[in-house]
Amino acid sequence: MLEIKNLHASVEDKEILKGIDLKVNAGEVHAIMGPNGSGKSTLAEVIAGQEEFEVGEGNIFLEGEDLEELSPEERAHKGVFLSFQYPVEIPGVSVTNFMKTAINESRKAQGLEDMPANEMLKKIREKSELLEIDRKFLSRSLNEGFSGGEKKRNEIFQMAMLEPKLAILDETDSGLDIDALRIVANGVNKLRSKDNAIIVITHYQRLLDYIVPDFVHVLYNGKIVKSGTKELALELEEKGYDWLKEEAAV
Amino acid sequence: MAYTEEELKKELETKEYEYGFYTDIESDTLPKGLNEEIVIAISKKKEEPEWMTEWRLEAFRAWKEMEEPEWANVTYKKPDFQDISYYSAPNKKPKYNSLDEVDPELLDTFKKLGISVDEQKKLAGVAVDIVMDSVSVATTFKKTLAEKGIIFCSISEAIQEHPELVKKYLGTVVPQKDNFYAALNSAVFSDGSFCYIPKGVRCPMELSTYFRINQAGTGQFERTLVIADEGSYVSYLEGCTAPMRDENQLHAAVVELIALDDAEIKYSTVQNWYPGNDEGKGGVFNFVTKRGLCEKNAKISWTQVETGSAVTWKYPSCILKGDHSIGEFYSIAVTNNFQQADTGTKMIHLGKNTKSTIISKGISAGQSQNSYRGLVQVNSRAENARNFSQCDSLLMGNRCGAHTFPYIEAKNKTAQIEHEATTSKIGEDQIFYCNQRGIDTEKAIALIVNGFSKEVLNKLPMEFAVEAQKLLEISLEGSVG
Ligand SMILES: Nc1ncnc2c1ncn2[C@@H]1O[C@H](COP(=O)(O)OP(=O)(O)O)[C@@H](O)[C@H]1O
Ligand SMILES: [Mg+2]
Repeated sequence: MLEIKNLHASVEDKEILKGIDLKVNAGEVHAIMGPNGSGKSTLAEVIAGQEEFEVGEGNIFLEGEDLEELSPEERAHKGVFLSFQYPVEIPGVSVTNFMKTAINESRKAQGLEDMPANEMLKKIREKSELLEIDRKFLSRSLNEGFSGGEKKRNEIFQMAMLEPKLAILDETDSGLDIDALRIVANGVNKLRSKDNAIIVITHYQRLLDYIVPDFVHVLYNGKIVKSGTKELALELEEKGYDWLKEEAAV
Repeated sequence: MAYTEEELKKELETKEYEYGFYTDIESDTLPKGLNEEIVIAISKKKEEPEWMTEWRLEAFRAWKEMEEPEWANVTYKKPDFQDISYYSAPNKKPKYNSLDEVDPELLDTFKKLGISVDEQKKLAGVAVDIVMDSVSVATTFKKTLAEKGIIFCSISEAIQEHPELVKKYLGTVVPQKDNFYAALNSAVFSDGSFCYIPKGVRCPMELSTYFRINQAGTGQFERTLVIADEGSYVSYLEGCTAPMRDENQLHAAVVELIALDDAEIKYSTVQNWYPGNDEGKGGVFNFVTKRGLCEKNAKISWTQVETGSAVTWKYPSCILKGDHSIGEFYSIAVTNNFQQADTGTKMIHLGKNTKSTIISKGISAGQSQNSYRGLVQVNSRAENARNFSQCDSLLMGNRCGAHTFPYIEAKNKTAQIEHEATTSKIGEDQIFYCNQRGIDTEKAIALIVNGFSKEVLNKLPMEFAVEAQKLLEISLEGSVG
């Protein structure tokens, strides 16, 4: 599904990603953990095609295709989805309208007609029920005045609507109370299938109790310093990151 | 829109050449320049009664003594008023024989706006021989209007057929001497629309929707007069979302609205004159005076979407004379490239318990300048007057400007005036967010701009709103990237 080889990325001559290798197969869930500022969000955004970052060496392949030349929207059309750590507000544009536009733009790129209104409505109903989202919420301006938790839940609602091949969830758990966390995780789990893959970026083991990863990687100072199974997450919870930092310094 | 001066020149040249063969048309154009003889000649050509000729002359004499205003936040080369021809007989000869001859870019824009092929032909000035559906529609609707006693015709026709109404109301809201451009318009106006809604009648349709095609060829000095008699209602649509490639550089229109007791007028405009090319060359100067008078309990709403013209100078206003009268102004002004807009409103509260609302949305891109200029005036006798103003500016890029000039004059202590203003920028992060969801940058901007303008777009009649939305997209095309 996703293969990253020796990826380097920098911003304003400051190197943030310093050679990342990562392979994610269809059907897998990978967790990426690591202290603040280690480059997790940068990695997520570089995969999504954020042009603010300059990709030096290295390549990203999605289903064997090099993404280098593709714009963010083309990557989205190919099934890349990013649940943002800090979703932006778009005043005056309702969640529904935004989703309608997003879905139809992707369909257009695939040479399909707009989704018929009744189908769209059915889908919206289904997915909002899955994430226990009040219908009134969907007519509000996108992320405007949303609480932290509402923003995150809305991101996952969008993921459910768009049904991506590769979903990257960047700290989707922060800002969620325990009930919301359960709802969101439950939503994500329902979207898991043997044909798609999920990368979960998180600080906390807590989320991984709900979304159980196949692999856990630790990103530190722009590099993946350790990889393992879900037991690694438990170990990190217990011991913190310092021992890894020391290990990395050696 | 890449429409170079060269192309424009060429088009004009070929046109002149074309028309040169038709001496009868040639002879119907008055020589350049403006003096009393010309004013009299215009009036004569239109076979106007003497009182009308006098009225025009009065305006002309006032205009001669006036100076072109300079207070607006716009800079442009002032037109040479002696170098303009003030009367041209309506041009009946089609400009083109088929759509193939029309500027493909213009056609492209028509297509984006979803304008039918027949209508495209009419708008571009292509000969049409099939009778269009809309023409028959127009006839049916004219009949419906007549049954209700509604008069809707050209102002020239009204001067002939309904002189008592014209005489009674023309110039009562915008006097001949009101300002430089209004005086000029009063002296030389060529045509425009007239509308009268009788007492208690609710006009059964949006006026002018079905007449849009006929409206397309409006002139340089347009004059509009709308009278809503007691307890009546009318929604009037002016303009056309299709781009107007008019060779007239100067446009100075006057619109007067009169809402008698308990009447309501909704006046919606979409202005899309040629804005000049992307280097700031060419384009229309649009200097408009629009004003409405509200008697007791009456209501006037101005809604405008301004995307065209190189220079716009326009302040649709309400005089809230009657107690409990209401004035509203909803505006979207888009400027791109080198366009300059100085627009806003005046709400003059004279009556008791009068209320006004101002919602202005300015969108600036390129190197354009977009100014809101608004006056809220509360007279000493206007007890309990209330105003709410909201002026929002959206900037795209770093080279454009947005300016807000709110003037408040309250002479009555009971007045409640609220003013809110915001300025925001379309953020890279907003665009990336949309991109990530599969929405390309152009579409993302359209989405963000539509969201920003929503409160005003919602005020437009339904079918106009859809077109206006597309127009916003087209106006901002290529402004980021
Ligand atoms: N646009 C940017 N300009 C400058 N520095 C940036 C930018 N984005 C991220 N960084 C820096 O890159 C490093 C990694 O950031 P980030 O990827 O957000 O880390 P994480 O998500 O792991 O907390 C930080 O030091 C951060 O300050
Ligand atoms: Mg982060």
